[in-house]
Amino acid sequence: MSVRNAVFFEQLQRWFMTLPHCQVLGLEYVEADAGSVVLRLPYSEAIVGNPETGVVHGGAVTTLIDTASGTCIYTLFDAPESVATLDLRIDYLRPASVGEAILCRAECYRLTSQIAFTRAIAYQGEREIAHGVGTFMRTQVGAA
Amino acid sequence: MTQSEMKHCWLQARESGDYSAVIAAIPYARTIGMQMHVDAGEPRFVLPFAQSNIGNVLLPALHGGVIGGFLETAAILTLLTATETAGIPKVVDFSIDYLRSGRPVDLYARCEIVRQGKRVANVLMSAWQEDPQKPVASARAHFLLS
Repeated sequence: MSVRNAVFFEQLQRWFMTLPHCQVLGLEYVEADAGSVVLRLPYSEAIVGNPETGVVHGGAVTTLIDTASGTCIYTLFDAPESVATLDLRIDYLRPASVGEAILCRAECYRLTSQIAFTRAIAYQGEREIAHGVGTFMRTQVGAA
Repeated sequence: MTQSEMKHCWLQARESGDYSAVIAAIPYARTIGMQMHVDAGEPRFVLPFAQSNIGNVLLPALHGGVIGGFLETAAILTLLTATETAGIPKVVDFSIDYLRSGRPVDLYARCEIVRQGKRVANVLMSAWQEDPQKPVASARAHFLLS
């Protein structure tokens, strides 16, 4: 299996990673397959949420999961289209280890003509940090 | 920063009404640039527009993750205001509905503690731009109190 349109997806994921807030967090693309994508959030002092422990803020994990979930839908597209998050639910399973990058694997497990359903796991090695479930609305580019 | 330093920072902010040192102590809050003030005992939050919070350059729109992170931090600070402890509550789960795209202007938030027990609290959050009646996002979360 591979992404629907490799050339399109390659350009698209590169563009995604240049979005201002993705740059602030230093999000990196790792790999993709049909319906799934892996992104990486490097550890940095700028995204710490608890100054006592140095643990990364849930908000940064939310951004990682939202971006990975949105991006994975594009592995199923041939051409530009816009997707907007309708809702996102995240369960924080355990605190992330301090100083270590967090990876996120997101998959689009159901795609309809209007809605995309996604699920995601944020992890550090074997440790699962957070589980996310999202729904996204498909919109033709320019119609939003 | 130790818990006693955090507590000191918090108590000073409460006395002076200037919460900038609290925000500065939380790196993520500082990174997205949020602000807090207390109005008649009610914590209020502002996320002044910053180009670095953009997640969609075509619309343009704020990144959904930033709106989520802003609301989550607002809920944590609201809980700290309502309780005597200075330990930062741990988020257990967080669920957000995106109702409108976040336009490139200031974003506001307020939170409601629906239920606060000894160990866990349930908080509702709402974010809006010009009109509080037209929310950009609403969220709910559970927190473990430390």
